Amino acid sequence: MKQGIFTITENRKIAKDIYIMSMEGDTSAFTRPGQFANLEVKGFYLRRPISVYDWEDGKLVMIYKVVGEGTQAMSEMEVGEQMDLLTGLGNGFDTAKSGDTPLLVGGGVGVPPLYALAKKLIAEGKTVKAILGFASAEDVFCEEEFKALGVETVIVTADGSYGKKGFVTDALKDVEPYTYFYTCGPKAMLQALCEQCTTSGELSLEERMGCGFGACMGCTCETTKGEKKRICKEGPVLEKEEIVW
Amino acid sequence: MVNTKVVLSGVELDNPIIPASGCYGFGYEFAELYDLDILGSLSFKGTTKEPRYGNVNPRIAETPMGMLNAVGLQNPGIDKVISEELPKLRACFHKPIVANISGFSMEEYVHCCEKIDKEEQIGIIEVNISCPNVHNGGMSFGTLPESAAAITKAVKAVTTKPVYMKLSPNVTNIAEIAKACEEAGADGISMINTPMGVRIDLKTRKPVLGNVTGGLSGPAILPIAVRMIWQVYEAVKIPIIGMGGVSRARDVIELMLAGATGVQVGAANLVNPMACKQIIDELPKVMEEYGIENLTDIIGGAHNA
Repeated sequence: MKQGIFTITENRKIAKDIYIMSMEGDTSAFTRPGQFANLEVKGFYLRRPISVYDWEDGKLVMIYKVVGEGTQAMSEMEVGEQMDLLTGLGNGFDTAKSGDTPLLVGGGVGVPPLYALAKKLIAEGKTVKAILGFASAEDVFCEEEFKALGVETVIVTADGSYGKKGFVTDALKDVEPYTYFYTCGPKAMLQALCEQCTTSGELSLEERMGCGFGACMGCTCETTKGEKKRICKEGPVLEKEEIVW
Repeated sequence: MVNTKVVLSGVELDNPIIPASGCYGFGYEFAELYDLDILGSLSFKGTTKEPRYGNVNPRIAETPMGMLNAVGLQNPGIDKVISEELPKLRACFHKPIVANISGFSMEEYVHCCEKIDKEEQIGIIEVNISCPNVHNGGMSFGTLPESAAAITKAVKAVTTKPVYMKLSPNVTNIAEIAKACEEAGADGISMINTPMGVRIDLKTRKPVLGNVTGGLSGPAILPIAVRMIWQVYEAVKIPIIGMGGVSRARDVIELMLAGATGVQVGAANLVNPMACKQIIDELPKVMEEYGIENLTDIIGGAHNA
């Protein structure tokens, strides 16, 4: 973990309630895709944990959804404004388990952390497929970005207004065979996916956090191995087999 | 050169700053950011006889200038704390530790305090009779003078180290409870634990916390802490470790003027992991600004006015 001041270089809407925010600052604490940053938002006591979409030396990109007053305030921030960030939080995805043809499944604002993961998997020479699920056409984002990486990408919308109609699980047959899966999205989606995916996989989970770095025990969950895990520290990425639904 | 040293029942601290139990884990996360040895001491995560998972999620809710928590004493249990956490802590913290002990029965408090008393790393035993987030235990012992005194007496009988009773603000007369602890042999008072609160989600129309109620911490409770420390300072002669909403060196001075000898920093660590270091760094400057040479000189100083 590192604490640092970041300067906003981009903050714009890319879909319904979805914003992309790019910042300049020290990103050296990030080691794996799937990690997150905890952002101090002026006027709010607790920080906001936001997953990382992509990063490079000195540059951080996050895609977030306006879900309450804190993220609303974030969406109104302007280029040049500064934020205090805790960086390099959480365990992130483990690409060593992926096999040759991993599958990525994202639902809504669960899509962003899979982007840096796709980049890494491709850099490792793997063939990556993705199913990205949204409620409706106005919610869709990142389709071109995944395709530009060379990811075979299937878009599904619940109302059928764009791409294939249905849930992400309805597209599983279209992407077979795959060797492993990585996913992030709403809990109901994660559970359905775990039931229907034949391989093992990793899931990125969400929980209300106090600190985001393991001190307050506010986000602890139980696992099948009886071991307690803090979503912010030993997570947010857990294996399919250890989740207690 | 100003002097920041304070003494709590014979335990000398380089400065009064102690990270509060439950807001600092066992310190490891913070050791990544700064040298823990700059602290006066540290109070570790509230420990019970058996390991505890704690309450159902969500356990955290934001409030104006603060937060509610209902973690519910998640901890690995006293045996693991002694066999695993203390040896690990020895590698990154070399000063006497405040051991925060909680329980659900008189026997449990006695069992844990007797065990932890034998550990040479421990400087002070802080007996938490004020956890608002567990049922049939914790706070129920701290809301009546009689039960607070009974726990104090039982713990004192099996320990050699200074015993500080950590009190709840969720009472009508905190001075009366502090007095009962003093009469039962307590070496000091630690206060305040969190006042209880509830937040309701407007979308779901349900309480945000899985436990419904939680303990309020953060700057929102600073004046409550100052008021209660003031009242207890007037009622007892034993030292007070004060806490509640402290996030700056000025807050430390304010709690000490009200009557605190040591000062714990809680929720501030969670939103600003550098909080304790920043407070310790700025303390000498703020002392100079207010003409304070020896920090011990100002303890209870506001009462003489």
